[in-house]
Amino acid sequence: MKCCDNNMKLYLPSLSINESMARQAVASFVAQLNPTLEELADIKCAVSEAVTNAIVHGYKYKSGTVYIGVKYYGDRTVIIEIRDKGCGIENVKEAMTPLFTTDTSGERSGMGFAVMQTFMDKLDVRSKLNEGVRILMTKHLK
Amino acid sequence: MLLERLTEIKLTNYTLNVKMRGDIDHHTAKSVREKIDEAILLNKPRFVILDLSNVDFMDSSGLGLVLGRYTKALDIGAKLIIHKPTRRIKRILEMAGIERIIEIKGDDYDEML
Ligand SMILES: Nc1ncnc2c1ncn2[C@@H]1O[C@H](COP(=O)(O)OP(=O)(O)OP(=O)(O)O)[C@@H](O)[C@H]1O
Ligand SMILES: [Mg+2]
Repeated sequence: MKCCDNNMKLYLPSLSINESMARQAVASFVAQLNPTLEELADIKCAVSEAVTNAIVHGYKYKSGTVYIGVKYYGDRTVIIEIRDKGCGIENVKEAMTPLFTTDTSGERSGMGFAVMQTFMDKLDVRSKLNEGVRILMTKHLK
Repeated sequence: MLLERLTEIKLTNYTLNVKMRGDIDHHTAKSVREKIDEAILLNKPRFVILDLSNVDFMDSSGLGLVLGRYTKALDIGAKLIIHKPTRRIKRILEMAGIERIIEIKGDDYDEML
């Protein structure tokens, strides 16, 4: 079947207060599929990582919009897209290396992408410098 | 503000007991961090115990928060110990290899009884 069973779109200003709102909203939407608590917690964490990265790194605390799209299919596949139109990533492969961070405050662990990778089944990161970042994450629910 | 209720800090016998609550993400981490750092600098404890038993959610910003406090404690010669992470929180701590750097004590076992 080509068309999706259900989908949701959410556009949020790049304010850190929206990080919690974003992961709760995605979790509420996915909850329609009766996932396990573990699956829901995994999704919340991955969404939180991607949205936080858009706010912190993409827009560097300046105002912008974080685009969130969620789709699910009859076979219980959930696809989450998180996009920003911020500064982009020069070297995606390097950025995805665990412990890699461009942060200099000493308060970031460089584990965001590793979390997304571990908690989701598939992670695809695309970026063009000065155009933004697009994260596509897939999870197959049991 | 509501955030202030996230963290409860008590000092007993040169030990700073920090009880964290709720969701620890990038948004909430800032105020929690400031509160803990202030208490570390003010009280100069020998041990800092981070009690995570009441943390509902934590992402990599929480990992950064924990590692950052570990360094702050080391700076004044104190040892930081993580106390009672829930199964969920333990999973992310282990994923990041935190247990190789910081001692983790207790689990959520007695809370399940
Ligand atoms: N949306 C984005 N726009 C621009 N750069 C990004 C974006 N997302 C990630 N990055 C870059 O990739 C690096 C790694 O991201 P990752 O989430 O793994 O770690 P972090 O955000 O630095 O630290 P942590 O997530 O542990 O707090 C970031 O330091 C940043 O340089
Ligand atoms: Mg990150």
